[in-house]
Amino acid sequence: MSNGTQTALAGVTQEQGVPEEIVNDFSIQVATVNGSGSQSANSVLMRSIFLMGVPVSGKNIFPSNIAGLPTWYTIRANQHGYVARRREVDLCIAMNPETARDDVRNVRPGGVAIYEEALNLGTLREDITLYPVPFAKLATQSSPEPKLRKLLANMIYVGVVAELLGIGRDEVVAAIKTQFKSKAKAVELNVMAVDLGIDYVRARLMKRDPFRVVRMGLTAGKIIIDGNSAAALGAMFAGCTVVTWYPITPSSSLCETMIEYFSRYRIDPETGKATFAIVQAEDELAALGMVIGAGWAGARAMTATSGPGISLMGEFAGLAYFTEIPAVVWDIERIGPSTGLPTRTSQGDVLSAFYLSHGDTKHIVLFPSSVEECFEFAGTAFDLAERFQTIVFVLSDLDLGMNNWMAHPFQYPNKPLDRGKVLTRDDLERLGQFERYRDVDGDGIPYRTLPGTQHPLAAYFTRGSGHNEKAGYSERPEDYKNLMDRLLRKMDTARSYVPQPIVDINPNAKIGLIAFGTTDWAVVETRDQLKEEGIESSYLRIRALPFTPGLLEFVERHDRVYVIEQNRDGQMGDLIKLKVGRQCDRIQKVLHYTGHPIDARTITEAVTTAEDQMKEGK
Amino acid sequence: MTTVNPNLPSKTNRLGLPMTEYKGLDSTLCAGCGHDGITSQIVKAFYEYGVEPHRVAKFSGIGCSSKTPAYFIGNSHGFNAVHGRMPAVATGAMLANRTLVGVGVSGDGDTASIGIGQFIHLLRRNIPLIYIIENNGVYGLTKGQFSATADVGSKLKNGIVNELPPIDCCVLAIELGCSYVARSFAGDPKQLVPLIKGAIAHKGTALLDVISPCVTFNNHEGSTKSFKYAKEHEEMLHEIGFVPYFEQIQADYPEGAVKEVELHDGSHIRLRKLDRDYDPSSKPQALQLIRKANELGELITGLLFYDREKKDFIDDLNMMDEPLATLPTSQVRPSREALAEINKEFS
Repeated sequence: MSNGTQTALAGVTQEQGVPEEIVNDFSIQVATVNGSGSQSANSVLMRSIFLMGVPVSGKNIFPSNIAGLPTWYTIRANQHGYVARRREVDLCIAMNPETARDDVRNVRPGGVAIYEEALNLGTLREDITLYPVPFAKLATQSSPEPKLRKLLANMIYVGVVAELLGIGRDEVVAAIKTQFKSKAKAVELNVMAVDLGIDYVRARLMKRDPFRVVRMGLTAGKIIIDGNSAAALGAMFAGCTVVTWYPITPSSSLCETMIEYFSRYRIDPETGKATFAIVQAEDELAALGMVIGAGWAGARAMTATSGPGISLMGEFAGLAYFTEIPAVVWDIERIGPSTGLPTRTSQGDVLSAFYLSHGDTKHIVLFPSSVEECFEFAGTAFDLAERFQTIVFVLSDLDLGMNNWMAHPFQYPNKPLDRGKVLTRDDLERLGQFERYRDVDGDGIPYRTLPGTQHPLAAYFTRGSGHNEKAGYSERPEDYKNLMDRLLRKMDTARSYVPQPIVDINPNAKIGLIAFGTTDWAVVETRDQLKEEGIESSYLRIRALPFTPGLLEFVERHDRVYVIEQNRDGQMGDLIKLKVGRQCDRIQKVLHYTGHPIDARTITEAVTTAEDQMKEGK
Repeated sequence: MTTVNPNLPSKTNRLGLPMTEYKGLDSTLCAGCGHDGITSQIVKAFYEYGVEPHRVAKFSGIGCSSKTPAYFIGNSHGFNAVHGRMPAVATGAMLANRTLVGVGVSGDGDTASIGIGQFIHLLRRNIPLIYIIENNGVYGLTKGQFSATADVGSKLKNGIVNELPPIDCCVLAIELGCSYVARSFAGDPKQLVPLIKGAIAHKGTALLDVISPCVTFNNHEGSTKSFKYAKEHEEMLHEIGFVPYFEQIQADYPEGAVKEVELHDGSHIRLRKLDRDYDPSSKPQALQLIRKANELGELITGLLFYDREKKDFIDDLNMMDEPLATLPTSQVRPSREALAEINKEFS
């Protein structure tokens, strides 16, 4: 340990003293270089806090690059269960020399910076606690192999942070065991690295910051999982049989997880054969084309993509709509197009997914906000697609899809699969007639048959917009209008089948909040912050398009309704304005579009500012 | 006294079905269109082979050729997809139900221009599908623009001459591992019918590139895809016969004159030697043959390449024998215990 470090340490302690403890409420930002293996260390750190029983979330802010560019991982621990991103950084672990100065400057006053001693950042800030640690030197003790040393340096900071915050060594070891599964050698090496960090803190550092982790019981029985894995598992338990995909961040892991779990749980034990087909397509057009072909032939088929893929799928989406073929498309939203911020989150595809394609189309769109809903909606999407014989989009985002979230264990689906109105050979025999596009039941949903059905009435010819009720080619105006009106009727029927919004009416509230998807996590926290400032609020979380009946009532109930979303134009806000007609003046937009997940403070500030202005205006 | 029912078909196939069961709606294409000839040969081949109509699934993209699935086997499901994207739709359907007999009809624009990407990947995967290109070198439905199979020097009706090299779909297919590759001519039913039957018997992609003149936009002097040009330049590789698995082979030919090709379902294609010795199992020989013919401006027709050993995509994926589409819930929803195990993994 150098003299310089000791001087810096002494300087900080004398001037600041030890402030009041802050227990189980902080954010950590780990700044590393991507490709350095920091992901495992970050996951272990997050899981250790989780195992201490403290609610926690982890978010990866990463570049579109394989190795060498800066990457950040933020951990939020909060005893109240708030897991949205926090704007302020309480503790920073600066492992990347390139960004270290900025990273340390970014810490909020009163916070903490842990950094590589050799970077000499001791004089950068006087208003935070600085802990220099000779990570590189410690790493040389960890392993004779240079390659391993680099990886283990990351695990050393886990030990340092754990010891400083009071996270138990047992919890860290348990997290390492989960991370490295049963690889005994890896577990042993990583535990050794953690111990190097713990020992260093014990021997050389004096705790001078307020942050502490104290055991709670709030995470017992919960799981940690990312939204893409949850969606993959949900689809597996929903009887999905055909999966097609084209690699694109941030959706690739959804289908890769499917490959992993389908290979384990969807091989027929008697024959050893697969009850599924997973195909990496040549592009997103082909991916959706295959889904449509499979859906036409009766399979539960899906694909997963992101914004650029949605654009490419435009023509096929319209074909699925007009031919009335079930298809499920997961859109893990990101910023687009081309290069730039493809690894940053967004809710920018609301309108493009809802209206995708040409010539009067609109679609069912689902908005999961949690990993539990990713699991559940994977099945809901198939049920809706087959019930309504149409394409269904599920809009997740990078934050939900690729980050780790705490959740309740997944519930086994009890409902039988809804395979929709499919006529079998026996049905045809009994009915004595079949017209593919006739609205027999008055709900806008026709009946279909599957290719291969052995009955003279079964066959029909599938083509785009120009068909009559018997699926015959037609360009007659009345046939086309009849089709368009029925498709609209079908969409109206869907309003009561799609997941209904989650509504919390506060009878004293003058204002209402509307959000969807991952924005929910920040809104929940915002409502408590607003309450502290004396503003009561109601909340409606949209879970699907088309809009469900209660929306207008919610808007009419409140003087002002803030629609909060993570895109520039307030796309959902615009749809709501169209829907509520004369009430549209009540709608105000709160928008966040930085590529980072939305945080509560940003929303609270926007709402209070608007409310203040409103008061002043009066 | 005996009464004769005039509606009773005088002739049926092995399933007891008359040929009319393999027909579809009346064609709306121009009178004399090559495509209608191909439609008739598809009807004949499926009738004679005795394929159950309900097991057939028909696919197409967009264009004149892509209208034709409505004109054959009316009692089977058909799917007119979007332009150039028939391969993806057919792939999905064949994955969902592997027991279907898939027939795709496409054109040269639909396949070699807008659809070249999907076409190539279908070939790479060796999807079980009969893929017929009705190749006339022009876009008919948009009134006569060149497609990517138009030959250099070929002239449009308005005098425009094609300067760009053509894409040879058979060369592509052979290069990319397609396991059954043939070229034929709409004006040669004798050759086309056994080639289609062979395709039915084959497991994997069977590509038939059939020169099918457009009588309205590409049948004039200066066109290399006209009836006249094709007739004058056709070079038959061999005389083709087909012996289905349910009929006995009769050896009524002199030794060395005929090559027997055994297909997956036990049927045989018989190649009767004409001017040359040709072995369709050799990739380099096939490629050399086509390239040389193209240089000479010859239309070489026959079974160009055949590979019985190549696995199809369904086998690659190790899929169940039953259609995935209709597997019962018990087979596609893992158990409660499985979910408990997974939840534990993430706890």
